[in-house]
Amino acid sequence: MRWSKERRELTPASRRPSRRRLVAAVGFAAAILLASTLLLYSVPEEKRITIYSNAANYSLPVLERNGDEYVGLLEVFEPLGPVSAKPNGVHWKFRYYEVESEFTAGKTRARIHGADYDLPSNFLLENGRGLVPLSCLGTLMPRILGGPVTFNQNSRRLFVGNVAVHFTAQVNKTTPPKLVMNFTAPVNPTIATSPGELRMAFNHEAVVAPGSQALTFDSKIIPSASFQESNGAADVVVAATVPLMASFANNGRTIIIEPVPQAPAPSQTQTPIPRPPTSASSATPASGTIAPAGIRHYFAVVDPSHGGDERGASLTDQIAEKDVTLAFARRLRQELETRGLATLLLRDNDATLSLDQRASLTNSAHPAIYICIHAASQGKGVRVYTGLVPPDAENHGPFLSWDAAQSAFQLSSRSAEANLVKDLQNKQIPARSLIAALRPLNNITTTALAVEVAPPSDDVSQLNSPAYQQLIASAVAAGVASFRDKLEAGR
Amino acid sequence: MIPRHLLIGVAILLAATLGMSVYVWQMRSRVHRTEVSSLNTQPVAPPVSGATERVTLYVAYDDAGVLRPQQVHVQLPAGRQERAAELLRALLTLYLDKSSPHPLGAGSEIRDVYLVDPGLAVIDLNAAFADNHRSGVLVEELTVVSLIQTLSANIPGITRVKILVEGNERDTLAGHADLSNFYDVPAITQTVAQLQSAQ
Repeated sequence: MRWSKERRELTPASRRPSRRRLVAAVGFAAAILLASTLLLYSVPEEKRITIYSNAANYSLPVLERNGDEYVGLLEVFEPLGPVSAKPNGVHWKFRYYEVESEFTAGKTRARIHGADYDLPSNFLLENGRGLVPLSCLGTLMPRILGGPVTFNQNSRRLFVGNVAVHFTAQVNKTTPPKLVMNFTAPVNPTIATSPGELRMAFNHEAVVAPGSQALTFDSKIIPSASFQESNGAADVVVAATVPLMASFANNGRTIIIEPVPQAPAPSQTQTPIPRPPTSASSATPASGTIAPAGIRHYFAVVDPSHGGDERGASLTDQIAEKDVTLAFARRLRQELETRGLATLLLRDNDATLSLDQRASLTNSAHPAIYICIHAASQGKGVRVYTGLVPPDAENHGPFLSWDAAQSAFQLSSRSAEANLVKDLQNKQIPARSLIAALRPLNNITTTALAVEVAPPSDDVSQLNSPAYQQLIASAVAAGVASFRDKLEAGR
Repeated sequence: MIPRHLLIGVAILLAATLGMSVYVWQMRSRVHRTEVSSLNTQPVAPPVSGATERVTLYVAYDDAGVLRPQQVHVQLPAGRQERAAELLRALLTLYLDKSSPHPLGAGSEIRDVYLVDPGLAVIDLNAAFADNHRSGVLVEELTVVSLIQTLSANIPGITRVKILVEGNERDTLAGHADLSNFYDVPAITQTVAQLQSAQ
């Protein structure tokens, strides 16, 4: 009796601390989860402006300076025609065709084609790069271009001339109902589905809103759609009560959206394209019927060299080459994709990939160009390399020697190298072309280049500067885009 | 009035202090010179017997990222293989100098050079050469091309070069320059031409 009494008294007392520990552990886990969620959602999206023109549709990063939004003026005009810029102390001379302009760092007054022009806030000069306030583009660009532009500053979408793509949407009362959207030009949106909606993101097309941003249809299955635009892109979101799929017709001018058939879909035959271990590439763009996933044909493969245990060069005590190459490669992918060039990043995290794995992944993807990224503390600017193919490799019939797989593409690689270097030099970026025994260039069965990025000055930490990385990535992407036809032909 | 003997005493003490200071200063300089000479990591080459000859070394310059021919007088032995090794050691001496235009890591050495007919030269580097080499595509390429071009320009008949480290094959020199394959001398000539111009 005494024992049992003691036990009755002891048992609850001994459990109390473990319950407390349990509550504390649950509370701690919840706090970690909450903090992670907040952190995840609080990462700001990179601001961008998209410019649509007859020459090209392209997207540029918007920079925050002194509380205002700025954009690089040279990058804005570069795809539109011949441009040049020359910094001279605090002055920055800019030329587009025959139109000359002069800006002064820290001043709002500028001279455009012989007339004064006042910027809403100061002109900025950073490493020879001229930045103008974003809000002035609507008035500044017509003065330089000599033609009208339409700038929606809230959504950061700018239309040069009459390039807008309009569309109509109506639901056909068939069984099941179909939403037919007709566009005035071919479109190729990125399509994503989630329960209750199908979202089409128009990142490269100058799609504008129909009369109303909210569309309603006389259908219970597809009752409405809405047009939204923000951060340089336009989205059309179709609401539905059932899962939807999209298909294209009329050479990309028509998109038909209909419910997914209930019967099990026929099995798909897939080309065995190996994907990188954890590629966080953007959503698969639409091409034909949008099924759960599609095979993407990549124009470019970008390979951030090193990674994981293999750090590459120690650029400073804190900066490892593998981190700089990854950051730069991500920017390059973004820049290539904004120019409509589908790009595969071979590693999008700190993964270890062998040189053979990099070559195999690239050759399986059959891209038009392979670009390997390196970074170095020696020298300045950019060095572009093609591979030095070993001489003693022998091909056996259709089987290419692994060490000399590049030999059939050397001419194309050298031509791409020369074009890219010339393009970079035209943009005042020190660039040099070289041949190097650098694997896996000699194992690649397409046009293959290595780009070694060196700092702009003696300050090696500049390699980590987002502005410098963006400048080089944008220039390299523009260079690649300028000879895309040749690359496609050589594929 | 300060007594005279006190003034003399103070003067003697001051002179002694000054003398000691000069002595300490000289001792310090001597120790510093000893430390510097003990830090000199250049390999001690065995004495070479042979005539002094004028040879062309292809020297890498990091500042401009170029390769420049430089004529020097080197005492070379008679044997072809020994000559090849001495040539590369002469190049290495230049790179390990304090005022080197392309510094190599401490302790870098050419272990040996083997000439294998027909036309193959095998350069064997020590581990310190590769382990202490700076990492980068250009900086590694300058080293490799400098070694190969110096060898092929002065030893006739070399058409291919293989680089080993401590007698073993190695993937890269310091993460970039490929050492797993043979280098073709005619192909390197094109690289040399590119590396001789800064553009």
